[in-house]
Amino acid sequence: MDFPYIVEPRRDTGLYNAKLGIWLFLASEVMLFGALFSAYVLLRVGAEPGMWPHGWLNIPIGTANTIVLITSSITTVMAWVSCKERRYGRFKFFHALTILLAMTFVCIKSFEYHDKFTHYEVTLANGKFADGHLMERSKDFDLAKHTGSVTIHGYEVDNEADLMDLHRPEAKNIQREEITIPATEIKFMERYGPWHHTYLAIYFTLTALHAFHVICGAVVIGFLWGPGTKMWRTDPERFTNRIEVSGLFWHFVDLVWIFLFPVLYLL
Amino acid sequence: MEKIAHTFPLEHGHEAGHDHEAQGSPEHHGPGFWGTYIFSPDHKVIGLQYGLTSLAFLLFGFFLMLMMRWQISKPGVPVPLLGPLLEKVLGSAAPHGALSPDLYNSFGAMHGTIMVFLAIVPLAFVAYSNFVLPLQIGAPDMAYPRVNMASYQAFVLGGVLMLTSFVIPGGAAQAGWTSYSPLASLVPTDGQIFWLVGMVFIITSGLLSAVNFIATVIQLRAPGMTWMRLPFFVWAQFVTSFLLLLAFPPLEAAAVMQLMDKVAHTSFFLPTGLAVGGAYAHISGGGSPLLWQHLFWFLGHPEVYVLILPAMGIVCEIIACNTRKPIWGYKSLVYSVLSIGFLSFIVWAHHMYLTGMGTKVAWFFQATTMIISIPSVIILTCFFISLWGASIRFNTPMLFSLAFLPMFGIGGLTGLPLGFNISDVHLHDTYYIIAHFHYVVAPGTIFALFAGIYYWFPKMTGRMMNEFWGRVHFWGSLIFMNIVFMPMFAQGMAGMLRRMADGGANYSAAVNSKAGADVIGGLSNNIMEMHTWILWGACLLGVVQIPFIINLFWSIRHGKKAANDNPWEATTLEWQTASPPPHTNFAVAPHVYRGPYEYSVPGHDTDFTPQNEPPK
Repeated sequence: MDFPYIVEPRRDTGLYNAKLGIWLFLASEVMLFGALFSAYVLLRVGAEPGMWPHGWLNIPIGTANTIVLITSSITTVMAWVSCKERRYGRFKFFHALTILLAMTFVCIKSFEYHDKFTHYEVTLANGKFADGHLMERSKDFDLAKHTGSVTIHGYEVDNEADLMDLHRPEAKNIQREEITIPATEIKFMERYGPWHHTYLAIYFTLTALHAFHVICGAVVIGFLWGPGTKMWRTDPERFTNRIEVSGLFWHFVDLVWIFLFPVLYLL
Repeated sequence: MEKIAHTFPLEHGHEAGHDHEAQGSPEHHGPGFWGTYIFSPDHKVIGLQYGLTSLAFLLFGFFLMLMMRWQISKPGVPVPLLGPLLEKVLGSAAPHGALSPDLYNSFGAMHGTIMVFLAIVPLAFVAYSNFVLPLQIGAPDMAYPRVNMASYQAFVLGGVLMLTSFVIPGGAAQAGWTSYSPLASLVPTDGQIFWLVGMVFIITSGLLSAVNFIATVIQLRAPGMTWMRLPFFVWAQFVTSFLLLLAFPPLEAAAVMQLMDKVAHTSFFLPTGLAVGGAYAHISGGGSPLLWQHLFWFLGHPEVYVLILPAMGIVCEIIACNTRKPIWGYKSLVYSVLSIGFLSFIVWAHHMYLTGMGTKVAWFFQATTMIISIPSVIILTCFFISLWGASIRFNTPMLFSLAFLPMFGIGGLTGLPLGFNISDVHLHDTYYIIAHFHYVVAPGTIFALFAGIYYWFPKMTGRMMNEFWGRVHFWGSLIFMNIVFMPMFAQGMAGMLRRMADGGANYSAAVNSKAGADVIGGLSNNIMEMHTWILWGACLLGVVQIPFIINLFWSIRHGKKAANDNPWEATTLEWQTASPPPHTNFAVAPHVYRGPYEYSVPGHDTDFTPQNEPPK
């Protein structure tokens, strides 16, 4: 028996096997990210009043990354169109761009992660809070032994709630400066990692899972751009289908970001 | 595995154009042992791999249960036979070969996990679908053979992780198969991390299979195999695939979040002000324990139907064949199974009536729960009516299928008081619920799975299983299953709670000593005595599985040769090809002309008309 519908579509469904498969897979992906988005909603609704953060992320950087991903979607479509037109050189060009854009996205994202991991909230012994990026940690700094000091670039506030909303108008007037705090004045200090706040927990989980999808997609597209092109010479139609299927996945990854960006950065 | 491998001579008739193999591997020189039996993309081999692995897990889960039953019945007494082994492997968790309470909790959690995710789902859904489904729709293989292979590999990896967790310091997960947070996040064992990572692999494997089955049914049906000519088994597995495809990912998300709670110290499921051991936990707080429960049961309830729908599909095939009549109400069956599929996504919170999620929510889920019982009853009724006036062939598969009907009936009907939120308050977390869902899954689904093994064994091997020992297996299982589970209804209604490592001995003693023997809440001696019946019932249930295990392996080589490729004289397509089927299933691509259950058609020479027989 022949194995049917690998290349040509089945008449009643209009789909070849792989295309149906990727749509089904994407349905399960929708449920995966859907569950995480619902978790976001429940955690945000359940947060104590005034304790859900706003404006903790850099909107210009996020916007830039959004543009990078949308552009990569366009190049993906162009790569597929080039395959359909049997213009191999153009396909190579556009998918090279896709891979570069994917790498750019991941670079920018890791820059943002780094920014969060060098950002500290310091609970001071006098009940106030200092918040900012770590500049320097003296050599003998040891919180437990109360020796040494840290220097952060940031500001001090009286209440922890004042650190939450950076979208409010007064937040624009915050003067950031270098503050050196001796260990004796520090009660507790913590980085802006996922353990710091439930918002950061869902931020890191969602974006890391998304970044994982970006990387996987880039690896697949990279394979189809490099060693996978062998099939172009033997079965260009089937190769084009592969480009289409991987492109569908890539569009989905973009679409997730289109939801992530407003939810995490803007709202 | 190796023993089987040599004795399943899966023929390698290399017809031209089996495209999926031509792509990559140099199959044309013969794939060799590893390629044929271990890393095979052939759906029949993968079906058998899944089947044998999950049967092994089924036995393992059964032994966990046996040891727990011993502990419940005789708290603190060393487990006979297995005790020294336990102490040797697990050390201080099993002092002198008796189960410590922590170990009891581990066994409880892992019994549930293994039975549901590593035994029943892979056997009922993945193994049966893999072997039977492509044959029944007249397909050469699954739509994505290599994805299929990856699914099995992910499954094995998940299973190995689960098993490994028993021997790490601290032991396996202890927070129940539901892994409720904050308990699951705070139990001091890395077993929970193994559990979560293992689940991610198992879920991934389930998703790959689900995608594969759906695509296969949609794309690879033989010419003429219209939707309403599909055997009911295919419909049941088709709906099951959708349940897994859409319900498994939220649990995967939940597992990722709980994993973050464990390793990155987030607080997804840990509330503000959580105190552990008398001190505030050092966490950011702000999480929601209810969120875990919602995400878990969003899978958990469709999962119940994942466990039961394949069983219904198997029973339907066997009843139709052995009553020699068309199944009664084929269309009602199809529409019922579709309604169950849709409704099963909106009943999940009936597991959560006691969580304080609010009465309005509880009323909504109570209503949907009552509605979903209607299609289930329709399906069962169709099967019962099919028996009416038939000259039934009482062979082993049919006996198991017939027993499935009342056993699943008991399980289903005793679920109604649990679906009403008022009566659930009394029955929640008691032995009553254990009895309820075990009636659905153990004498229900597992009987159907046994039936399926006896029924399709000739297709897998070309030989029959021994009929006499099959009947011994059946009657023993039927009697002892009921001795094990029936008393639990009484125990539960008397107020015996689940998850007590000593079977309620201390609880009863404490209550009784305070206020006399008749106080409400104290468990009477009769109720406590039932533990002993259950223990011996369970042991004997184990004993009557021995003939089955021997029968299964012995018959592979020495069973009576099947009279022909279609020994049951069945109509569906899997019986219209060689036993075992050749590499791409059919020597000639089949064409389908009629519905799946054309038995005893007046005017036809035989009392069955195969689906691919052209009209005269």
